[in-house]
Amino acid sequence: MDFTTQLLIAAISAGTPLLLATLGGILNERAGIIQLGAEGLMLMGAVTTCIVYIRSENLLLALLAAIAVTAVLGLVHAFLCVTLRANQTMSGLAMTLFGSGLSAYLGKSISGIPLPGTSPKLDLGWVKGIPVVGDIFGRMDSLTWFSLLLVLVLHLLIHRTSWGLHLRAVGDSPATADVMGIRVQLIRYSCITAGTALMGLAGADMVLAYAPTWNEGLTAGRGWIAVGLVIFARWNPLRALFCAYFFGALDSLGFRIQLLGSVVPPYFLKMIPYVVTILVLMYLGYRNRNKPSGTPESLGTPYIREQRF
Amino acid sequence: MSSKNASDAVLLNSVPAKSAKRFPMRLEYDASRTRSPWWSPILSIILALLLCAVFIAANGMSPVTVYDKMFRGAFGTAYGITETMVKAIPLLLCGLGIAVAYRISVWNIGAEGQLTVGAMAATAVTIYFPGLSSFWSIALMLVFGTAAGALWGLMTAIPRTHFGVNELITSLMLNYVALLALDYVVFGPWKDPKGFNFPGSPMFTAAQSLPVLGTTRLHIGLVFGLVAVAIYYLMIRFTRWGYELRLIGANPTAARYAGIHIKKHIIIVMLISGGLAGIAGMAEVSGVTHKLMQGISPGYGYTAIIVAWLAKLNPLGLIVTSVLFGGLIVGGYSVQTIGLPSSISEMLQGAILFFLIAGEMIHRFRIRRNA
Amino acid sequence: MQDPSVEMRGIVKKFGSVTASDQVDFSANAGEIHALLGENGAGKSTVMSMLSGVYRADEGEILLHGQPAKIRSPKDAAVLGVGMVFQNFRLVQSLTAAENIVLGEKSSFWRGSKWIKNKHREIEALAEQFGLKFPVDRPVWQLSVGEQQRVEIVKTLYRGADIIILDEPTSVLTPGEAEQLFATLQVMKQAGKTVIMTTHKMKEVMASSDRISVMRKGKMIATLATAGTDELELARLMVGREVEITRQEREAAAGKPLLVVSNLEVTADHGRKALDGMSLQVCEGEIVGVAGVAGNGQKELAEVLTGLRTWKNGDIIFEGEPVKSASVRGAIDSGISHVPENRMKSGLAGRLGSVDNLLFKSYRSSDHSRFGFLKAAKNRSWSQELVERFNVKTPELDTPVQQLSGGNQQKLLFAREVSRQPKLMVAVHPTQGLDVGAAAGVHELLMELRSTGSGVLLISEDLDELLQLSDRILVIYNGSIIGESDHEHADREQIGLLMAGIRNKEASAI
Repeated sequence: MDFTTQLLIAAISAGTPLLLATLGGILNERAGIIQLGAEGLMLMGAVTTCIVYIRSENLLLALLAAIAVTAVLGLVHAFLCVTLRANQTMSGLAMTLFGSGLSAYLGKSISGIPLPGTSPKLDLGWVKGIPVVGDIFGRMDSLTWFSLLLVLVLHLLIHRTSWGLHLRAVGDSPATADVMGIRVQLIRYSCITAGTALMGLAGADMVLAYAPTWNEGLTAGRGWIAVGLVIFARWNPLRALFCAYFFGALDSLGFRIQLLGSVVPPYFLKMIPYVVTILVLMYLGYRNRNKPSGTPESLGTPYIREQRF
Repeated sequence: MSSKNASDAVLLNSVPAKSAKRFPMRLEYDASRTRSPWWSPILSIILALLLCAVFIAANGMSPVTVYDKMFRGAFGTAYGITETMVKAIPLLLCGLGIAVAYRISVWNIGAEGQLTVGAMAATAVTIYFPGLSSFWSIALMLVFGTAAGALWGLMTAIPRTHFGVNELITSLMLNYVALLALDYVVFGPWKDPKGFNFPGSPMFTAAQSLPVLGTTRLHIGLVFGLVAVAIYYLMIRFTRWGYELRLIGANPTAARYAGIHIKKHIIIVMLISGGLAGIAGMAEVSGVTHKLMQGISPGYGYTAIIVAWLAKLNPLGLIVTSVLFGGLIVGGYSVQTIGLPSSISEMLQGAILFFLIAGEMIHRFRIRRNA
Repeated sequence: MQDPSVEMRGIVKKFGSVTASDQVDFSANAGEIHALLGENGAGKSTVMSMLSGVYRADEGEILLHGQPAKIRSPKDAAVLGVGMVFQNFRLVQSLTAAENIVLGEKSSFWRGSKWIKNKHREIEALAEQFGLKFPVDRPVWQLSVGEQQRVEIVKTLYRGADIIILDEPTSVLTPGEAEQLFATLQVMKQAGKTVIMTTHKMKEVMASSDRISVMRKGKMIATLATAGTDELELARLMVGREVEITRQEREAAAGKPLLVVSNLEVTADHGRKALDGMSLQVCEGEIVGVAGVAGNGQKELAEVLTGLRTWKNGDIIFEGEPVKSASVRGAIDSGISHVPENRMKSGLAGRLGSVDNLLFKSYRSSDHSRFGFLKAAKNRSWSQELVERFNVKTPELDTPVQQLSGGNQQKLLFAREVSRQPKLMVAVHPTQGLDVGAAAGVHELLMELRSTGSGVLLISEDLDELLQLSDRILVIYNGSIIGESDHEHADREQIGLLMAGIRNKEASAI
């Protein structure tokens, strides 16, 4: 395999957790809710997967547990932000702090123990023969396939169904949606919960496909990168796919360059994804300075039905 | 039908209309109740302790033993108290910086990185200007540390003011960049040649270390913190600048109509915010560790966010909460002796924050009897 | 006599201590256009909001077609065939007109291109039936205000409403667009719908309605047949006394030119040209009114004069000196005061008290601060003095101003702007949302300013207000001044035509 193919494979592998988390973020923000807890939720998803997988040796059970735990945390965020109308930024920060603390605490006992297995690969015999394409698609694991399917499903859901229309209305103008008989709170609750569950799944994917043991804080800011990717992808699932893989490539680029015998210290190569995130957001800000950014209009503001003024 | 008395009261919309018939009570939201009662932070701490007790118990430990151990570790002995104060110093400085920025709704969550570069810059003074007198090396370290932190803050401010990039993401990304830069210098150019290949700078000389109180580890950084709080109080309360921040915080559009340059103020508060975190970093290396190494901060920058929020940006409150959280960190270390990870304190912090923001809102709801 | 299609009995609604609707009885019939007339704040929108389910009445009952109806939410109202077109449109800006219309419809989860095409056809047919034209497939933010209103109306029709409420429908329309709307209302009436329209404009009511109900201060005063009444009676019922238009004639003729704007060109937020070849002049001791339909550059004109917006071409000369660049501080220092359009959004900081709000523009001066420190005690007594002088009713100086009534907020704002003895006052919709008394107070302050030799640029959509106050009236259309008339020669109809962009020659040609 040549360098480019290897990089593409690595990009997909490193990009999948980012993609899942970004899709989760898109679901949250499309409904008008900021979710800054991605980092903590990914960690919780990862640690739950590890604990359950090691104890039960059942991968499916482990994934379901990760989804369940992060969905419950999502419900907490939804209760705070939708029902109590608390500050969404603060609630997200609390989620990240709580998630990293709790995951470190729970994961202490299994730290460093290798998982019984990884995510099963879908063997596509007929694809394997094709050069490059076969190398990439012939060896992708089931979670990666799932994430690709999810991109398509979410795209169609948002743009081609009545539910998607309602979701877009809720994100842009909850008051209008409410007047038109759409259940704003229900849509917000369900999107937050589903979105956080995806972030949990993203964490699960990180340990399964990427680093097959639990280490404290193993996400190393990828949750935050996903928060940036939501903006980068302009709240669009299809764009999220490319953005996530682009960042996956950046993420693994450092490691690849090092293998090639680069003289640049590895620390600087590791900085690339973080620095590029900032630069890309600055570029987008500069380019879109005179037009609407596509941000859901109600993002960050709680909805209160009966207002006097 | 129901009658409404409270001004601005609105019906809680998550309660479906039907339930008003079946249920004798209903929840009402009153947006005018912006001040939460004084006991609300205390209650949130208690509730957070209870929640975490569940997790501790689930792990097969007695929560009472653990909390008792934590409390004694932090406040039970003279050593514990001075250690708590030592931890409170960076929390106070970083928390103050976060509070200043938050006054005009600038979310600086990059104190961790700003602290790190502050520590690095102070260390650079010890490496590149080794032979200075005590006064000059401390002064220079302070200036370098502050400037580096401020520069790191500026790197968050500029994307926000000139490119419209959310400062939350920028400041956080810069935290990782700072930590990687730290790794680079302690593993690379600044590694102590006599350090048995252990990552870290050479030990500071006495002239490069902050004076301490007696035989304890409590250093003069505490004075930096207290002076900074006093200046903050005076500035916010009595100066034109404080008035301008108040105006921007209350209504940015109106502030613009009053001829205030909001972008300029965002840059100023981020410089201050980063500078204060930079001082904290300088004080850590010069006052506590006496050398630059990995893990110089056990997450002070993040804990400081809660410190600022819990204190409701109030100067006196900042002092109290930073001591409290300093105690939490020390307590977290002391449970390690009974085989528990210190991350327990991080978990507690997150839980406290959850209950705090819930409490902030929940008191705005009133249960009313349906007439 | 036929059964009324809408009947409201003894409706009471309180907001805190304010009774917005006090034992109101109201009824309307199918096949009529019923106008609900009243001043701003008379309670007409509140009553209609209860009919459409936005608010719930504290007391009273509602009958639709003779049957008692429980209307607890807009959804209930829609099911019962009640649709309301709000003053602030309830449209999702990023969605297309068609998407907005079908929003909330439960049918068909999957919406492929065929479904969308069918819906477009269905909506276009419905719109055409009532003489409403708009592009169905464009996002709403790209439509004009008039088109957005049409989308709103079609939305209610699409949802099968037979009782249609329009809240102040003409406030955003040009006279021409309003005519078109009235034609549509006639079609709806012919189709047997109940059309209810709230408004405070008597002329429109006389021209378009069958019956009129008049509300005043939360109470229903009378219901009359349009044919049997006249404007004078309506005015008396609305205000509670004979309206006398007091106009203080200015004592001296206008002084020398204070502000001269020539050929100004300004770009708005999304790169559109907001001001194009704008020229105007304001002299000392005169009130110059700017009439026009919203969105023709009024906002940008005010912003550019007060330093909030930069301009591309053209000159601004203030007191004989050319203004070089846009600077809010520069404008404040040279004596330009500004009463912005939305006082709570941009004029006042609601969370802060009176002292902080009064200091807005003067805190930098040596009277109020020294060496960067504010003179706290002096500022307090100064504020107390202003609050008393301008008769602002506030419980305490530190009470957040968001808790004051709209009239008192506006007085506070005027106290700040007038106390600086401005040379030029730029006032945008200064009486919006105020009751008669408060509005009269504002008018007096503006006339006082004129008599002390200041110039006033009054930008308003209220033609009556402009006719009453202005020494000269300018008409703004598409970013430039297309007509001017002094007070003696001002003609309502002529100005109305100009506001629609129809110039003299064209008007006479028709």
